[in-house]
Amino acid sequence: MKGVNHVSKQIGALVKTRDYKAYLPWITTPGLCLLIVAIWWAYVTLSGISAFILPAPGAVWDAWIELLGSRRAWASAFLTAYATLLGFFWAVLIGVGLGMVIARVRWLEQTLTPFIVASQVLPKVALVPLFIVWFGFGITSKVLIAAILAFFPILTNTVLGVKSIDQGHRDVMISLNATRWQVFRRLELQSALPYIITGMEVGIVLALIGSIVGEYLGGDLGLGHLLVGKMNAFETDGLFAVMIHMTILGFLFYFAISALRRIFVPWHGSAGSGDAH
Amino acid sequence: MPRNNLTAAPVPAAICLEQVDKWYGEFGQQVHALDVTDLEVLQGEFVVLLGPSGCGKTTLLRMIGGLIAPSHGRLRVMERDLWKGKTRQSDAVADLGVVFQDANLFPWLTVGQNITLPLELRGAPKDDCLARVRELASLVGIAGFEQRWPRELSGGMRQRAAIARALSYDPDILLMDEPFGALDAMTRDAMNIELQTLWIKTAKTIVLVTHSISEAVFLADRVILLSPRPGRIDTVVNIPFARPRLLDTQTTTEFQSIVRDLRHRLDEIS
Ligand SMILES: Nc1ncnc2c1ncn2[C@@H]1O[C@H](COP(=O)(O)OP(=O)(O)OP(=O)(O)O)[C@@H](O)[C@H]1O
Ligand SMILES: [Mg+2]
Repeated sequence: MKGVNHVSKQIGALVKTRDYKAYLPWITTPGLCLLIVAIWWAYVTLSGISAFILPAPGAVWDAWIELLGSRRAWASAFLTAYATLLGFFWAVLIGVGLGMVIARVRWLEQTLTPFIVASQVLPKVALVPLFIVWFGFGITSKVLIAAILAFFPILTNTVLGVKSIDQGHRDVMISLNATRWQVFRRLELQSALPYIITGMEVGIVLALIGSIVGEYLGGDLGLGHLLVGKMNAFETDGLFAVMIHMTILGFLFYFAISALRRIFVPWHGSAGSGDAH
Repeated sequence: MPRNNLTAAPVPAAICLEQVDKWYGEFGQQVHALDVTDLEVLQGEFVVLLGPSGCGKTTLLRMIGGLIAPSHGRLRVMERDLWKGKTRQSDAVADLGVVFQDANLFPWLTVGQNITLPLELRGAPKDDCLARVRELASLVGIAGFEQRWPRELSGGMRQRAAIARALSYDPDILLMDEPFGALDAMTRDAMNIELQTLWIKTAKTIVLVTHSISEAVFLADRVILLSPRPGRIDTVVNIPFARPRLLDTQTTTEFQSIVRDLRHRLDEIS
């Protein structure tokens, strides 16, 4: 039993209550994927549907392998990743910073809330053409879109996190004569961290969407640009291949943030279970 | 009575309340939590606050601890004013250690880190903290759990960690709000003995809140019985038994008669 506990700790407390429950996804997920591909393949073969509408799995696989060999595709993936991360970085910086302030200063929250809500109900994708007019086809407009999309969930979660700090914990810090900085550093930041990371998990995926949509319209590189190119060339199998790239990128980002959770909030109940929120 | 009441020099007050009262809430729907109260706790004295639920024990203790400001009156700790207007004087708070009704451990710190948090906030070197953690953990009986998360501990163990945290920086005055409320009877007796030993050894001033009459009589130099609506000091009982008191002290007739009198009075006021 001791040995089992030890191992389970090492793989990030993946094993929580019952061992088989934790290992189940390792069987069901590939199984379901295979099933979907099988149905897809059967449908394409039996219905004789045009490859322009729905290519066979084999064709998509070939197109994907081809994509893996293409320098342009790699450069595109890196550019998209770069724009996403840069936008996400700004969203975290401003979202967490502003959230920390807003949660504390009531009048500021009341003043800013209408504007923040307004900026959220506006479909932000509609800003893409405007940004391209303002900042050109370069990376700036994509970074901006990614940042704006990722900003909101990070902000709201930060505010929620600071507001849910236990009054008893505050009392402890008061009775220990803690300075303002100590209260911030040792209590408020720590206490809000699980919430902030939840906001980041949502935010990183939105940032990816933002940079891809930005690439639809402008630029000559990037996964979004590549996707539109495949569409214009009627290469539906290539379209699917680019989508696989995007999905992989999304997964990588998401897991990176989940890893942050495991590193920074190992004490929290959410650490170790990927679907925390 | 204070232990050194036989010496000639007057014992200085550790805590001094003059005409202190407390109202909660806004105008119109105010709650009078504590009536105008005068109270002096001498240095080295062990005072226990006893009373029915809602009689203002926590309110009184939190005011002494500098967590809430009194509505009126003057409050001094070690001869220093605790409040100037609505600002807490941090030098006066430095002598105080508070154990809350809830353990209030920080879940993101290990038990050991929780215990040494006060030392770290005061800028103590890491090595000192490490040495102190072992000492304190074994003192309160949670040795071996220093590396665990608080959520991995039972409620009683968490409360003991909270006591260790309050002791870590060796404050002159300990304020304890039902520190053993979450413990089973056996552990509670043991902790009472431990607390008495600690108090005799360190000559701290202790103000402790409890619901248990026998715990009050066992620990206290002076039991202060509070009555509710609004909270006010009802009776003050001096407990004469010699120290160190043993668990068997509780079975003596004198002990039992003090407990009985307190219980009758408690029934009348609540
Ligand atoms: N923050 C608050 N706001 C308004 N009223 C309060 C507040 N805290 C306490 N009170 C009121 O003050 C009175 C005294 O409360 P207090 O918590 O001091 O009682 P207590 O003696 O500690 O009770 P218990 O033994 O149940 O802990 C109660 O009537 C309570 O309703
Ligand atoms: Mg209370």
